[in-house]
Amino acid sequence: MTTSTPTPTGVTDAASSITQAPRRNMLRLYVTEARFEFLKLLRLPGYSVSVLAFPVMFYVLFGALFGGYAVQGISAAKYMVVGYSAAGVLAASLFGFGVGVASERGQGWLRLKRVSPMPPLAYFFAKVVMALLFSTIVVVVLTALGAWLQGVRFEVGAWLRMYGALMLGVFPFASLGLAFGYLFGPNSAPMVLNLVYTPAAFASGLWIPLTVMPPVLQRVAEFLPTYHFAQFALSQAGAEPVGSGLTHVLVLAVTTAVCLALAVWAYFRDEGKTYG
Amino acid sequence: MSVAEGSAAPAALGPRAQAAGSANAIAELVEATKRYGAVTALDRVSLRAMPGEVLAVLGPNGAGKTTAVSLMLGLARPTSGQVRLFGADPRSAGSRMRIGAMLQVSGVPATLTVREHLTAFATYYPAPLGVDEAIAIAGLEGVANRLYGKLSGGQQQRLHFALAMIGNPDALFLDEPTTGLDAASRRAFWNHVREYLGGKRSVILTTHYLEEADALADKVAVLDHGKVVAYGTPTEVKARAAGRKVSAVTRLSATEAAALAGVRSVERSGAVLTLLSSDADATVRALLKADPEASGLEVTGAGLEEAFLSLTGRTEA
Repeated sequence: MTTSTPTPTGVTDAASSITQAPRRNMLRLYVTEARFEFLKLLRLPGYSVSVLAFPVMFYVLFGALFGGYAVQGISAAKYMVVGYSAAGVLAASLFGFGVGVASERGQGWLRLKRVSPMPPLAYFFAKVVMALLFSTIVVVVLTALGAWLQGVRFEVGAWLRMYGALMLGVFPFASLGLAFGYLFGPNSAPMVLNLVYTPAAFASGLWIPLTVMPPVLQRVAEFLPTYHFAQFALSQAGAEPVGSGLTHVLVLAVTTAVCLALAVWAYFRDEGKTYG
Repeated sequence: MSVAEGSAAPAALGPRAQAAGSANAIAELVEATKRYGAVTALDRVSLRAMPGEVLAVLGPNGAGKTTAVSLMLGLARPTSGQVRLFGADPRSAGSRMRIGAMLQVSGVPATLTVREHLTAFATYYPAPLGVDEAIAIAGLEGVANRLYGKLSGGQQQRLHFALAMIGNPDALFLDEPTTGLDAASRRAFWNHVREYLGGKRSVILTTHYLEEADALADKVAVLDHGKVVAYGTPTEVKARAAGRKVSAVTRLSATEAAALAGVRSVERSGAVLTLLSSDADATVRALLKADPEASGLEVTGAGLEEAFLSLTGRTEA
């Protein structure tokens, strides 16, 4: 052991972590990491605007256009609150992880984190919390907008079930983002992710109900995890279910597992390459 | 519970490696080889940083410096050989709590402030410096609440230094810390390092600036093509490598001069022959014996620069 003693010169921050036998405060570590991960992205317009402002803007535009119709037994206005919420969750998870990991890896920031005694789990925990927070904001804002602009009402129980279903989506799409973050560089990752996000959101009926689209697209949609994600959330919100809830959850679980495996593979592939 | 002597030593260590290992080394490579595909970045390198010592790993670009540090930091695994950090696996959290590192990064997240970055990093360590103390050490008082993205290049470099210091580490790794800085900022950085280390911490520094190694290091290891070509104090390395420059006006040919005792390389400029010698006394005696008429005899110390060039075989002679 060394005898170097820390000198907390009037620092309130350090005071709590210095006890007789110095130990890290793990709770504080995880909370701090998550807090700054959220702040970091909130201050990044490229992220916060595309994740928060775009779904809201689209909802206001398209919600007004389709508001009168009924889809799957609920009003199109309600359908769109759920759909754009799902799009927000997808964007928050996919871009938060994908672009985040790709750029932090590219900068060498991740190497610095790996050399530090930060538990690797804290890094991912912080990003998951960040994605959940941004997703929550999107859902809450869209619910309030729907109520205010078009009188969309949810039963408390139905809203909570829908909220739970939407938050479940963070895991598969964050995993997909993570894989892309390790597979692609900081410059190509945002473009590649947009190439995934935009068609997937459109073809899964997140922006416009699938019922107004050609039947071919509806059949394609069944192969997309994003479609099952949206249908699961819709069914919890009170829409007529399409397909079984078990299938939807299973698809999301398998997507998570496959993407995590891909991320782990890409991580090791990258580890061998970076120092070559 | 009894603690066996040397319990931290890996059981698989061979007798030879064990003899080469040292119980109290801060960071250590023992016969470490690292290959990336067909490229051998490090070739059976043994290196050791001792407590309180500043070790400079010096070498031209591509010599294997960053690879050596990556192994010591547990960022890469050796193809063969041993790596130890505080006698343990470099990847263990216990080892990592005792080190700080300034790596070659192009940036850290731009939308957090100096204070926020340091606050987050401080939570990783059991007994960190205070955030304000780290800010003061790095000279960032005026910009503590500024976003990283709005800092100047020199200020960003100082934040990287503060991030290395925040854990109050026993050992500091500085991987080419002044690359890209101007001469004045570089000197200011050296003063900072000297001031805040004061023999209390160990430093492993990689650099291709000879001046930097000369200014900071207690020990210098010269790496070239993945091998250690010289190791010792800066003075020893200078002496062992090229020692002295002996110049004289002589009738000896360059070939004849090259055969004299201690001579490593010969350079002719007009009538003057300049000999790089590892043993200037022997060279002068041999020269005068071979050519009693030799005149204008001059013996000067070779700088680390010449030593470096001579060691890495990058002379024009």
